[in-house]
Amino acid sequence: MDETVAEFFKRTILKIPMTEMMTILKAWDFLSEKQLQNVNFQQRKESLVQDLVLLCEKKRASVHDAALLDIVYTQFHRHRKVWDVFQMSKGPGEDIDLFDMEQFKSSFKKILQRALKNVMVSFRDAEENAVWIRIAWGTQYRKPNQYKPVYVVYYSQTPYAFTSSCPLRSNIPLLGQALTVASNHHKIVKMDLRSRYLDSLKAIVFKQYNQTFETYNSTTPLQEKSLELDIHMDSRIIHENRIEKERVQRVTQETFGDYSQPRLEFAQYKLETKFKSDFNGDILAERKEPLRCLIKFSSPHLLEALKSLAPAGIADAPLSPLLTCIPNKGMNYFKIKDK
Amino acid sequence: MSVLRPLDKQPGLNTATILLVGTEDALLQQLADAMLKEDCASELKIHLARSLPLPSDVNRPRIDLIMFVVNLHSKYSLQNVEESLRHVDATFFLGKVGFLAMGAGQESHCSIHRNTVTKLANTYRSPVFFCDLEREGFRATVAQRLVRMLQICAGHVPGVSALNLLSLLRNSENPAPEDL
Repeated sequence: MDETVAEFFKRTILKIPMTEMMTILKAWDFLSEKQLQNVNFQQRKESLVQDLVLLCEKKRASVHDAALLDIVYTQFHRHRKVWDVFQMSKGPGEDIDLFDMEQFKSSFKKILQRALKNVMVSFRDAEENAVWIRIAWGTQYRKPNQYKPVYVVYYSQTPYAFTSSCPLRSNIPLLGQALTVASNHHKIVKMDLRSRYLDSLKAIVFKQYNQTFETYNSTTPLQEKSLELDIHMDSRIIHENRIEKERVQRVTQETFGDYSQPRLEFAQYKLETKFKSDFNGDILAERKEPLRCLIKFSSPHLLEALKSLAPAGIADAPLSPLLTCIPNKGMNYFKIKDK
Repeated sequence: MSVLRPLDKQPGLNTATILLVGTEDALLQQLADAMLKEDCASELKIHLARSLPLPSDVNRPRIDLIMFVVNLHSKYSLQNVEESLRHVDATFFLGKVGFLAMGAGQESHCSIHRNTVTKLANTYRSPVFFCDLEREGFRATVAQRLVRMLQICAGHVPGVSALNLLSLLRNSENPAPEDL
C-alpha cells in the first residue's frame, strides 16, 4: 500500500472515538465480521489503529475505500462541520425528468474531472434518496489533498443540497455548476442559511419541523398546561398578572408552536439603514449615508432560547418578526435596508 | 390607574402579605417558595407581579411590604421597576419598600452598574439588598431576611415598626444623603 494511503487510513481511523469504533467499522462494511472479531479492541488505540491498517493493507484497500470510511465518520459526526444550503431550480417550461442516481454520479464526477485535473470524488448512498459526496481537491501538479475535503449531501427528490464549508472558495462555483448540470437543473442559489446541525437544516428547508405526532390529542395538552400552573402554586402565592402571563404563553405558542424547534447556533443581521433618533439635532441622525451595523445572536440552541424569552420575562411578547421568521423563511443571515 | 397605598385596607388576622415586583417570573416564584419554607408564626401571603399598576382586585389583602427585584444583567428589568415605582404612594416608602438587586456577582454580564440601583434606592429612601437568587443556599438566606422584614412591616413584632427598621438599616448600610 502506498505510504500516503496508509497514512490517510491511519489518520482517519485515529479520529474515530473508541466507543464508536465497532459501529463505524461495521457501517463501513469493508472488513468482514470475521476479520473484525480477530482484532483485539481492548488494546491501546495506537496499537489498534496499527492492526486495523495492516488488515486494510492485506485486503488491498485503496484510497477510495479510505475516502468511504471518511464519509462514514463524517456521517456520524456531522455536527463537526458547518453546513451551507444551496437551492437549485429548473428553467421555465423544463420537464421534470426521472432522476437516475448512477447517471447523476457519473455526470457529476465527469464535470469536476474535466475542469480540474486532480480531483477525487467518492459517493455513498444514504436514506431518503440522498447521496453523500466527498470531494478531495488537488491542483494540476499535486494529488488531491485528502485532509481538506468538501462534503455535499444531495437529496435527489428535492432541489436542495447541503455542503460543508469549502476551504478553497474558488472551487465553489465549479461545485455548484457540477451539481446543477448533473441533476438537470438550470440555476443554483446559495441560501442565507447556515448551521452545524444538518438535521435541523433539513427540517427547516423541507418544512418538517412543525409536524406534531399523530397520536397527539389537541385538547388534552391544553388542560395539562393550565394544571401545571396550578399544581406548582401554593395557595399562598398569588400571581397578580396571571392574565398577562397567559397571554404571553398563548402568543408564544402561536408563534413557535408546541414542537421542538430546529437547532441553529446563530442569526446574523446586517443593517444598512439610516440612524433613527428621537432626539432632534442628533449628529448621527444627520448622516445621509446608511449606518452599517452587524448584530449577531448566538446560542447553543437559538430558536429555543428565543422561544423562552417572553415567558422568562426578558422580552415582550410578541417578539420582533425579524426573529420569529427564521424557520419560516429558512434564513439566518439577513440584510436589512431602508425601504 | 390605582396607586398602592399602605393603609387603605384592614389588616388580616395574623396575616402578612408581601408583593414581589419583577420581570423574572421564574426566579420570583422560586424566591416565593423559599420564603414559604421558612418557619414563621404569621400566615404569609406572597403576591407576584410583573409590574405595577396591579389589576384591580377587591379581594387583595393589605400589602405590608413591596420588594422591587432588579436583575443587573437586564436593563429591561430596571426600566420596568422604575416605571412601576410611579404607582406606589409616597407613604409606602416609610419602611415598607425595599429593592433586591441580583446578578452583581457576574460583573461581565452586568449591564447596569450597582451604583445605579443604590442611587435609586437612596432616592426612594429605601434599603437595597444585593443577592443571588439563582443558588438555593443564597436564595434561602434572602428569603429568611425578607420574612423577618415582612413580619416587622406587618406589625407582628412587638416593639419594632417598619420605620424603626428603616432607620436601623439606613444608619449601618446606606447613610442618608444629608449625612454624607
